[in-house]
Amino acid sequence: MRRRAAAVLAWVWRYVVAGAVLRVSRRRTIHRERELPASTRAETGTAALLFAAALAGLAFVAIYAFDDANTQLLGLSIAVSLALVAAALILAAARVVPQETLEEPRPDFSVDGPKSADIERFSAHQQEEVEAAALTLREGTDGVTRRGLLGAAGAAAGIGLGAAALVPLASLGPAVGGRLAASPWKDGVALVEENGIAVKAEDLEVGSFLTAFAKGADKEQLATSLAVVRVAPDELELPADRADWAPEGILAFSKICTHAQCAVSLFRYPLFAERSPGPALVCPCHYSTFNVLDGGERIFGPAVRPLPQLPLRIEDGVLVAAGPLSGAVGASWGRVREEG
Amino acid sequence: MTTRRLLRTVESRTGGTGALAKALRYVFPDHWTFLFGEIAMYSFLILVATGTYLALFFEPSTAHVVYHGAYAPLRGTEMTRAYASAINLSFEVQAGLLIRQVHHWAADVFLAAITVHLMRIFFTGAFRKPRDLNYYVGLTMLVLAVLEGYVGYSLLDDLLSGMGLAIGNAVALSIPLVGGQLGVLIWGGRFPGTPDFLSRLFFVHVFVLPALIATLMAVHLALVARPHHTQFRGRRQKESNVIGTPMWPAYALRSSGLFAATAAVLFALGGLVQINPIWQWGPYEPWLGTNGAQPDWYLGWLIGALRLMPHFDVVIGDYTLIPNPFWGGVLFPGAVFGFLYLWPTIERRRLGDRRPHNLLDRPRDNPTRTAIGAAVFTFVATIFFAGAADRAFVQFGVPYEFQLWLYRGLAILLPIAVFLATRAICRHLRDSGAHPGRDSGARLVERPREAGRDLSRSGSTPGPGVPTRRGDARAGERAARPRADL
Repeated sequence: MRRRAAAVLAWVWRYVVAGAVLRVSRRRTIHRERELPASTRAETGTAALLFAAALAGLAFVAIYAFDDANTQLLGLSIAVSLALVAAALILAAARVVPQETLEEPRPDFSVDGPKSADIERFSAHQQEEVEAAALTLREGTDGVTRRGLLGAAGAAAGIGLGAAALVPLASLGPAVGGRLAASPWKDGVALVEENGIAVKAEDLEVGSFLTAFAKGADKEQLATSLAVVRVAPDELELPADRADWAPEGILAFSKICTHAQCAVSLFRYPLFAERSPGPALVCPCHYSTFNVLDGGERIFGPAVRPLPQLPLRIEDGVLVAAGPLSGAVGASWGRVREEG
Repeated sequence: MTTRRLLRTVESRTGGTGALAKALRYVFPDHWTFLFGEIAMYSFLILVATGTYLALFFEPSTAHVVYHGAYAPLRGTEMTRAYASAINLSFEVQAGLLIRQVHHWAADVFLAAITVHLMRIFFTGAFRKPRDLNYYVGLTMLVLAVLEGYVGYSLLDDLLSGMGLAIGNAVALSIPLVGGQLGVLIWGGRFPGTPDFLSRLFFVHVFVLPALIATLMAVHLALVARPHHTQFRGRRQKESNVIGTPMWPAYALRSSGLFAATAAVLFALGGLVQINPIWQWGPYEPWLGTNGAQPDWYLGWLIGALRLMPHFDVVIGDYTLIPNPFWGGVLFPGAVFGFLYLWPTIERRRLGDRRPHNLLDRPRDNPTRTAIGAAVFTFVATIFFAGAADRAFVQFGVPYEFQLWLYRGLAILLPIAVFLATRAICRHLRDSGAHPGRDSGARLVERPREAGRDLSRSGSTPGPGVPTRRGDARAGERAARPRADL
């Protein structure tokens, strides 16, 4: 008897609850599915993972304190600790806490009426708000008679102050002037190696490559560094006006690529001339390739201007510039060809 | 009890408990593709944390010193304090190398996550109204993040960073009319610039760009939350609702788990996988270069474009209006980002579709958009691989000139092929109702039918310019889904 009554009560109760849930969900238009996994095993697992994460974290502390900067162990211990925390959190998210799927209405500013097709239509509420905001803005200028004048004056102040605010940017650097064309090379400047020792012609073998600088110049100045190479004099195909620029087959070029200013640090010299392309300087950044035999003309790659060549002469066995570089050093810019 | 007391304390001072209660019930739709944005955000947090630590040791100074530190092969070498301090923090600061490598890995993962997130947004049409504004915010963050990464690895003054700056300076000089002056302004003079340049770079890297990115990230999140997340079409998913897991407790735990997992991967990478071993490159000097140098992956597309562009300047008389690096270094990224910025407008105009969209497209739902996106991606990816042509040459001996012409051809042909193939596949999938990842079409025809029922229940009808085949008896059931091809 009691059991039956309980069953009936349970039945009634279920419908009351269902009805209440329905009512609540109708009213709030929020649909909710909720499930309690309540798994003690998952709770134990989560706790175990977190304790293990603590141990791995302490392992990091221990390695930090006692070991001599073992990057691998340090990284591994903290990564393991974090991975265990991640596992614990994800396990807890899936198996410990209530699992819910919620349905929520979106705010209606984006819910354009479905029947409005491509016309923007606001809800009555939104229209009111737009009107109210427009009114507030308009009311702010009630009684103002010369709006145009004030607007123009405001704009003028904005332009004046804006100009004043921007002008100090000019302090960042000097006017471009002749700066991009500055070069230490002129007739009589000696070539030196990185350690400051003069470059001797006899030290250069055919097919060799050397980096040289202008004596007494700042080595970091872009136009200073040279790629000095030696080829067999009979290979040379220099233009007529450069016929005497390469004494004994020694050629000097700016070491800075005319495409994007990387150092032209590769020298290709054929070991078997019949089957290989000719001697050339190559920039490793984008493989601009310059023929050394004809005075640095580009033969491949994105560079457009030739590599500037430095006329050389040999004085007492050491290399000396016989004039300025044949063109502007480094990447192109507006006036690069005017100065070259 | 303590929870209540805490909440009362907050409520009596801010009146914010209501907002908190709402935030706790904020609904996140469940889909794995939604996690990329979170991975990007968590990578950024790790970047800020590790970067703060690194800034405690790094000296952004070009003063020259002779190295006498722990790394024997470089002892006696003259270098800047910047480079020396970066080596010291790698070898002599306990856990310094770990943090430096985590920082570098996190930057690479940050940009990768943003890129994949952007692709998700593009291919599912999540950029449409009302989220177009937020799409622009996200794109701007991507531009800033690329710049931030470049500035970051340029700080160290090792050989690779110097070569990268030389190219950057050439790209700045290449900007028509103002390039020369711009380069001199930023560098304080001619490349490699005055000592001021490095402190400027440092300040931009540790303050200006991170502050901008963090601000935009806050705006980005706010603009995500305001109209709520998008969701894929489903049995109950409608334009007017959002269905998923509430913030508290399950999503908060899940997302924190994702944060911990992201951090775990980054620390494992930082600890176990060497990245940018600056001591091997040596210090930078303008006259030094090395073969096979590669930038971080997110700049590979620009290196590729500089390589592939044929050699020509635009010269008027004696005046060089457009030097060559402009094409690959400015015009190419400008065009790609220009396309991305303009796409929502283009699509809105073409379709005449000004309605808000909260339900996502599957890529097949708009075959032309998907095909154009895939073609642009293929174009950029091909040029990206061309950026590594020197490595293929140095490592495997593939002739460079052959590669150059191959990539030039592929950069033109592959996008066209991908466009046609993608569009055909998408149209086929859309019309047949099959799912590429699942076995038979039979079960899958159900999905659009359910969606169709949903649509009619919500009373939504596709607008003009969105043709349907409702009249077609055979396709009628499944064609209730809006067909919004360009």
